Amino acid sequence: MSDTLATNVLTYPFGNAGLQPLLPDLGPDGVGRVRLPTGQQAWLFTRHEHLRELLRSPDFSSDFTRPGFPLIRPIPEDMPRRPDGSLIRMDPPEHTKFRRMLTPEFMIKHIRTLEPLIRQTVIDGLAELRAAGQPADLVEHFALPVPSMVICHLLGVPYTDHDYFQERSRILLAWSSTPEQARDAIEELRDYLTRLIAARRGEPGEDLISRLAAERVATGEMTEEELVGLSVLLLIAGHETTSNMIGLSTLVLLEHPAQLRRLRERPELIDDTVEELLRYLTIVRTGLTRVAITDTEVGGHRIAAGEGVIALLSAANRDTDVFPDGEEFDLERGSHQHMAFGFGIHQCIGQPLARAELRIALSELITRLPGLALAVEADDVRYRDAVVFGVQRLPVTW
Amino acid sequence: MSARLRVAVDRDACCGSGNCVRTAPEVFDQDDTDGLVVLRQAEPPESEHDAVREAAYNCPAAAIEVDED
Repeated sequence: MSDTLATNVLTYPFGNAGLQPLLPDLGPDGVGRVRLPTGQQAWLFTRHEHLRELLRSPDFSSDFTRPGFPLIRPIPEDMPRRPDGSLIRMDPPEHTKFRRMLTPEFMIKHIRTLEPLIRQTVIDGLAELRAAGQPADLVEHFALPVPSMVICHLLGVPYTDHDYFQERSRILLAWSSTPEQARDAIEELRDYLTRLIAARRGEPGEDLISRLAAERVATGEMTEEELVGLSVLLLIAGHETTSNMIGLSTLVLLEHPAQLRRLRERPELIDDTVEELLRYLTIVRTGLTRVAITDTEVGGHRIAAGEGVIALLSAANRDTDVFPDGEEFDLERGSHQHMAFGFGIHQCIGQPLARAELRIALSELITRLPGLALAVEADDVRYRDAVVFGVQRLPVTW
Repeated sequence: MSARLRVAVDRDACCGSGNCVRTAPEVFDQDDTDGLVVLRQAEPPESEHDAVREAAYNCPAAAIEVDED
């Protein structure tokens, strides 16, 4: 079997052509080998059941400084080994310690207390969109500013600096950026947050960064460098993912007018709609990378210590064993087993916030703008060539 | 037939994703101080069984164990 796989090594990543992810035909087993831009080879897993097994397994590490870790883009040689505080690249027990400092901040009942603020931000965002005049770019005037303002509020980052951090975040995630450009972008974000944290330590506010500085850094549980790394991660993850989801979700709903009509008639379908949009769009299109730290198996395939694996979330979320007609968008599907937020101990900690933002943003958008329509042909919508999938712009009228 | 179902949670394994609280809020909660799973009832009524099975299946950290007779 390994000989068969070795003769057919696919070039990875597969690119972002449109709403349907480009998925290779790997046969019923859904397991393949890929060659990465760094020249490394890695296993590719695409079946829902295999991803459940792989992403829950303690035999794999998320630490990209480990030998054999599959890197989708090269790391410049002069880059610091691993940015401190980057939760998504840690393993237990270090990961557990950091994650637990954040779990109360993002738990469902805490996010619920933020809902009035989210709703007001959404309503103000829609007023700004209207004020821009028709046609307006939904991304620039609504999808990007709303999650940015919310995460800024949560973290205590001044929203007035949004041009600065959004531009660097965009460079960091764009495939077209060179490794050096990406490194500079992250260093500038770190410098920016270092200054902000110093200011918050002098004059604390009612925000997450102030709390972590006072309760974790001052007590020695976390270094200031680690808080900087963690803040960079939360700032980027907090606005890139949700903003891309809002833009893409609007496009999908407008492209499925019968389902949009049903949602307008039955607003209680919004929760299921959000889950189905998360499944259908799976914006972390390049999947999750891991390296085996011991000889192990996934789905009967033997993986040696030091071999890299890629868990292709977008493929697992279209696995027809779990999601019949998985290529179809069906807001009444009840897609509760999707892996759009990942799976395993690294599953998105901000998912209650993302769900609340998507539910409120999409409900208010379709209710307050009943005539919402695309101002361009759907075929002319340009997609982002970035780590996180999205639309570049979405011109709309209402 | 009234089947019995027992639930156990492993707070050491829990990663605080909150999936179980979304799926079966009558059975699971998150601790106010640390956000980790709290079991509200270890032997939930039959009306909750499907939701509990789904919560265990969807738990990213495999921190929910379901034992059925």
